[in-house]
Amino acid sequence: MAHDTPVVTRSAEQQKYYRANTKAYMQRQVTNFAIMIFLTLIAFAAVMADFSKNLILPLILLLAGIQVVLQLYAFMHMEEKDAHEIGVVTMFMWTGAFFAFMMFLAFVTVIWW
Amino acid sequence: MDTLKKYTPETWPAHAEQVTLEGKNKFVGFWLFLACEIVLFASLFATYLALKNKGPAGMEFSTQELYELPLAFAMTMILLTSSLTSVYAMYHMKNYNFKGVQLWMGITVLLGFSFLCLEIYEFNHYVSLGFTFGSSAFASAFYTLVGTHGFHVTVGLVWITALILRNAKRGLNLYNAPKYFVASLYWHFIDVVWVFIFTVVYLMGVVG
Repeated sequence: MAHDTPVVTRSAEQQKYYRANTKAYMQRQVTNFAIMIFLTLIAFAAVMADFSKNLILPLILLLAGIQVVLQLYAFMHMEEKDAHEIGVVTMFMWTGAFFAFMMFLAFVTVIWW
Repeated sequence: MDTLKKYTPETWPAHAEQVTLEGKNKFVGFWLFLACEIVLFASLFATYLALKNKGPAGMEFSTQELYELPLAFAMTMILLTSSLTSVYAMYHMKNYNFKGVQLWMGITVLLGFSFLCLEIYEFNHYVSLGFTFGSSAFASAFYTLVGTHGFHVTVGLVWITALILRNAKRGLNLYNAPKYFVASLYWHFIDVVWVFIFTVVYLMGVVG
């Protein structure tokens, strides 16, 4: 558990800058959240409005895709390039996504009743 | 330096969750776990899609007749909001505001709990209609997929509640910062899975 970390003290100016940064960060996240809510509303509205199936299916799947990317990259910070071993993390997540797609493909094309 | 050392807002590191070796390991290890969770849920989603509206018995229940969009919509909004509240907790963690972290994590737990209550109500309602786990291949696939997600929510609730209680008197330090961070990652992941559930199960189910 013992692990040496240098303690860096921010000056009053630096602290002010730091707080401004975290505040801007939170405002960005609230914007991301508003976008997610908006995408969800469109998806539900499209289904309620009873458009043609060929229009709704690609639309709601696309909206879900955008929303998941927002969650992963904005809320979960996969965009932070200096995070610890983020390359390994990204590779694992994309491999997981690849397996997910293959499984989906296999199950809907091979299994029939 | 020991990890229980007290900090001030001026000395608190910007990425407190990744300062210690333990924090770094937790960060990577937890992401690897989440990647495996993708595969778990992918298999359940694929099974559901393959067996959706398939019998051999219980054919009187179909996705179009069973699902109610208002309930799914309410659950979606609650879980999405709980994802934002855990971001608020992480924001307060960056500013070394422990009370803020505890408060917003607490709100996240409350929202998660109301989500779980709605899901229990939903399952209970379906069972009272006669749509049980053994009714059809579709029923089993549905309950397994949505139930596994519900189980993850339950685990998350117990986990975050334990974190809040366990650290109540401890304050924020480099020992528990990674714990809170990883719990919030888990909570976002639950939301990621739910995005696909409300799209693939409920919306696509109503469309047919």
